[in-house]
Amino acid sequence: MTELPLVVALTVFVLAIFVGFEIITKVPSTLHTPLMSGSNAISGITIIGALICSYGDRLSHISVNMGVLALIFATINVVGGYVVTGRMLRMFKQKPQGK
Amino acid sequence: MTIPLLAETIGLETAVAYAYLVAIVLFILGLKMLTSVKTAAWGNAISAIGMAIASVATLLLFNQDAPPGQNYAISLAWILVAVGIGTAIGLAMAVKVPMTGMPQMVAILNGFGGIASLLVASAEYLRTANPSEIPIHILIATGLAIIIGGVTFTGSLVAFAKLQGLVTGSPIFFPMQKTVNALLLVAAAGLITVVIYQPDQELALASVAVIALILGVGLVIPIGGADMPVVISLLNSYSGLAASMAGFVLGNTALIVTGALVGASGIILTNIMCTAMNRSLANVLFGGLGVSSTTTSSAPDAKTKKGKAREFTLDDAVIILDAARQVVIVPGYGMAVAQAQHAVKELADALEERGITVKYAIHPVAGRMPGHMNVLLAEANVPYEQLCDLETINPEFDNADVALVIGANDVTNPAARHAKDSPIYGMPILNVDKARTVFVIKRSMNPGFAGIENELYYLPNCGMLFGDAKKVVNSLVKQLTESG
Repeated sequence: MTELPLVVALTVFVLAIFVGFEIITKVPSTLHTPLMSGSNAISGITIIGALICSYGDRLSHISVNMGVLALIFATINVVGGYVVTGRMLRMFKQKPQGK
Repeated sequence: MTIPLLAETIGLETAVAYAYLVAIVLFILGLKMLTSVKTAAWGNAISAIGMAIASVATLLLFNQDAPPGQNYAISLAWILVAVGIGTAIGLAMAVKVPMTGMPQMVAILNGFGGIASLLVASAEYLRTANPSEIPIHILIATGLAIIIGGVTFTGSLVAFAKLQGLVTGSPIFFPMQKTVNALLLVAAAGLITVVIYQPDQELALASVAVIALILGVGLVIPIGGADMPVVISLLNSYSGLAASMAGFVLGNTALIVTGALVGASGIILTNIMCTAMNRSLANVLFGGLGVSSTTTSSAPDAKTKKGKAREFTLDDAVIILDAARQVVIVPGYGMAVAQAQHAVKELADALEERGITVKYAIHPVAGRMPGHMNVLLAEANVPYEQLCDLETINPEFDNADVALVIGANDVTNPAARHAKDSPIYGMPILNVDKARTVFVIKRSMNPGFAGIENELYYLPNCGMLFGDAKKVVNSLVKQLTESG
């Protein structure tokens, strides 16, 4: 499974950091809280790793148990993060509407 | 073109890798759309779709080398149960949490992400039949994922406990704190070195995990409540980096890229928060502002200058507000504690009905996390155009008739501009003292978290309105509407 050469992995890592810096610098301070909870949900990407580890033919093996536990945490992270971010963003409204 | 179809021509693993690429693009687009309030909600949805694609694609992988049918089914059942539990808990938390509790919510979610990455890296190590075949860089990544993930988990739990009020928000010190933390870090590094030379030392790796969990507590517990915006931003970054390290372990580009994006995001926010307090990250993490030793030097000076703070009655305040043309509201953590955001919006409505211009001045570190005040005011239906950041609003105080400070303290202290011996000297502040009149709604004369006297309160154009923010604002609204 781990066939990704280190230099490729590092290249991807470094480039992604630059992309992150470029994008995030442009986020206005008004949206910093949704940015945190939203990016937090994205960091729940570790759910993929948890899925991979949860699946194994050595069912009783401790690594599978840890995978399943990781899966629970990662799912809370993903679902909670996206839902709460959505809740917040729906509240940001433009101009007074009549009231 | 569905993934299974594609898979027949190019192989399942490659197809899944392409699905990850799609997910990565959606994450980046989603983050990009967060740069504008108009597109932000869609951005979040797009990012969520990316996550769904990545997860489903991963599930498809399992068909390929499926062990004898039964195990496959049991594995899948376990996965569904775990996802079900996680979804239920995540949904319940996300729907129930009040907007004032958002810093705690983000803290605890960071923590869950961290522990998940720790578990993933550990599980991947444990399921390798022959650890001595694991390349060195994978072992290092495993160690880093465990350290960062562990620190993120317990650090976030402590931050959560502090924000939720389960433990005191003041810094907690124990003897030899910095030495103990440093030794723990050295020990963890040493143990990882052991694992590199003897990859089958499971116990050493387990010890790294234990040390990381202790270290998380040790690092966050001495940090005070007012510094939480920095801590949460930093933990956010860590949760991303932990995921990235887990990506190195698994050789999975989706994890590497996405974790790096979040890591960068957290670092930027951390930097913004530190700049807004005119302090270095090291000072926030190890300085322990709010300890008497750092503040006593300025205290006598402040005392010699101070007369007596003037107290306004509600009637005084209403008369002055009534005559105003421009009012700037300065919210702080006190507004969040008193849940006064809706009352504040009512006050703004009452003022606007009289033709008074109302704006809000938001300091970057107001509250307990970046953007905390903006979310609370958005909840109260304040249009976001009225929310002004430091640079925009500071020139406007000169024209403001009234600056209404609600539960903010250190970010309004003029000492930051001129008192060289003040611990907050040089910190960018909101120049509320430039307004014709300043009202400060505050529960008592107690200094803020930094433990520094606010000389604003002793200026001739400043008046105090003592009491709970919500009650005071409500009374103001009542009197204004009755008199109008």
